[in-house]
Amino acid sequence: MTAVAQTLPAARRSKRMTPARWGLYAFIFITALYFLLPLYVMVVTSLKPMAEIRQGNLLALPIAPSIDAWVKAWTSACTGLTCQGIKVGFLNSLRILVPSVAISILVGSLTGYALSLWRVRGANILFGAMMVVAFIPYQVFIYPLVRVFSFTGLGQSLFTIVIIHTIFGLPTMTLLFRNYFASLPVELFKAARVDGAGFYQIYARIMMPMATPMIVVAVILQTTGIWNDFILGLVFAGRDNLPMTVQLNNIVNSTQGERAYNVDMAATLLTALLPLAVYFGSGRWFVRGIAAGAVKG
Amino acid sequence: MRLSLNSRLSAISALLPALLVMLVVYIGATSWTVWISLTSSRMLPNNNFVGLRQYQILLGNDRWITSVHNIVIYGVLFVSLALLIGFLLAVAIDQRIRAEDTIRSIYLYPYSMSFVVTGLVWQWLLNPTLGIQHVLRSWGFEGATFDWIVRPETAIYCLVVAGVWQASGLVMAIMLAGLRGVDEEIWKAARVDGLPKWRVYVSIIIPMMGASFATAAVLLSTGVVRLYDLSVAMTNGGPGIASEVPAKFVMDHLFERANIGLATAAATTMLITVVAVVAPYLYWRTRKGEVR
Repeated sequence: MTAVAQTLPAARRSKRMTPARWGLYAFIFITALYFLLPLYVMVVTSLKPMAEIRQGNLLALPIAPSIDAWVKAWTSACTGLTCQGIKVGFLNSLRILVPSVAISILVGSLTGYALSLWRVRGANILFGAMMVVAFIPYQVFIYPLVRVFSFTGLGQSLFTIVIIHTIFGLPTMTLLFRNYFASLPVELFKAARVDGAGFYQIYARIMMPMATPMIVVAVILQTTGIWNDFILGLVFAGRDNLPMTVQLNNIVNSTQGERAYNVDMAATLLTALLPLAVYFGSGRWFVRGIAAGAVKG
Repeated sequence: MRLSLNSRLSAISALLPALLVMLVVYIGATSWTVWISLTSSRMLPNNNFVGLRQYQILLGNDRWITSVHNIVIYGVLFVSLALLIGFLLAVAIDQRIRAEDTIRSIYLYPYSMSFVVTGLVWQWLLNPTLGIQHVLRSWGFEGATFDWIVRPETAIYCLVVAGVWQASGLVMAIMLAGLRGVDEEIWKAARVDGLPKWRVYVSIIIPMMGASFATAAVLLSTGVVRLYDLSVAMTNGGPGIASEVPAKFVMDHLFERANIGLATAAATTMLITVVAVVAPYLYWRTRKGEVR
């Protein structure tokens, strides 16, 4: 640590490679290796046949790389009773993801809009309360919600899980859009009012088109958040709609007999693929999402 | 500006979903959970009030005690290590290094992945027969042992390793934003005074970054209380009950052991803990005017 710290004065002024700066790069190199190691091991393990995994080294490159494990993970790995691979979970997750992202952003942006630009009595109390509950663990709400949904006859279903994601996404989405709308010049809003535009007109024609950057951030946040969810999908989606994360855990952790580590790692990679693509595809937007939604627990 | 009746009604209609969620889900569900925890409910909720008896039972429950013990170990180590590593990474990146964007992406990518994926990867890496221990031995370190995941007294530390790997990048991103906000004049002044750079960090920069540290610490801490997926995916609470955590205790007692009285008592305990941590933080942030 001191090696790194002491490099700093020189580093600020110039980019000459002093010994201290070598130390800095060594630190960065080693830490980067540590962060990359699991991804690397996932990839090489998924490409090895089982015999090679049993005899060889975890870190070695595959001698005879094959995508058999990927095919098996996708089409025929067993999740408990059925053996149709992780593709079932992938499709379920997609069916959960698309409506959940759309509806949660719609409701959140509308709430944020109403709370930021319209002076509604009690708005601050409502907003403050939403910020507090964003921190509360799901375990506190889960049982009553299960009862309420089974009482209304919705039970565990695709519809239920979409509502649940909308509910638990609401605080973050509201915060995101409320702060964004509050940062826009208020004259814009006033001019629209003077021109006689109503509440929903201003929302749809003026505010949402201007909020494109926030919509991108919200889509990124919700897509990764909902895709990565495990507990809500497990409880509310129902047996026929279990998301990919739940199916993955079933494939890996409920295997009877010998574990197929290559299939396990292929299935794990497949599950991580969408968030990784979103992350690497979106670049700095992802970081912006973290900063904007920093209240989320 | 005065609102017409029409606009006022529209605004209220737009807030209805949020209001409903607030009243029904958050306030309603929380109250019901707290109420159940005060009754003798087992498989189904009943209204047979028994005071704090479920909490007494909870405190005598080995599995709960282990869970609390584990979450304290996990929480302290995870939060402090993630803060430390995340801060060091941010400082390293802030030195005008080459390929900054690539390095930052590498540090942050684990945060985009789920706890289930994280837990399963690390379960494989820490596998005593074929994982890192095997690699070390094949490199000639014959006596190397790294079998934490199958030993009850060390399993919880495996969750820490995986959790820190996943979350350090988040801390790095928050800290880097903080570091980039530091006034360049401070660095100039320190240089004029001939202060070594590490002294500037320790004595000036770190004290200035209180808000970044607080935000990161609160984010990490709320994640600690929620910790569930990682324990399920990585060790399933095992070996035995060695890596059980409170959130898993609640879920297991709700859905497998059909003891909802005890489960809700545990959930209520979690709720109180979170409120005790978060309320002062939000109060502090509101007073500073950060939450507008």
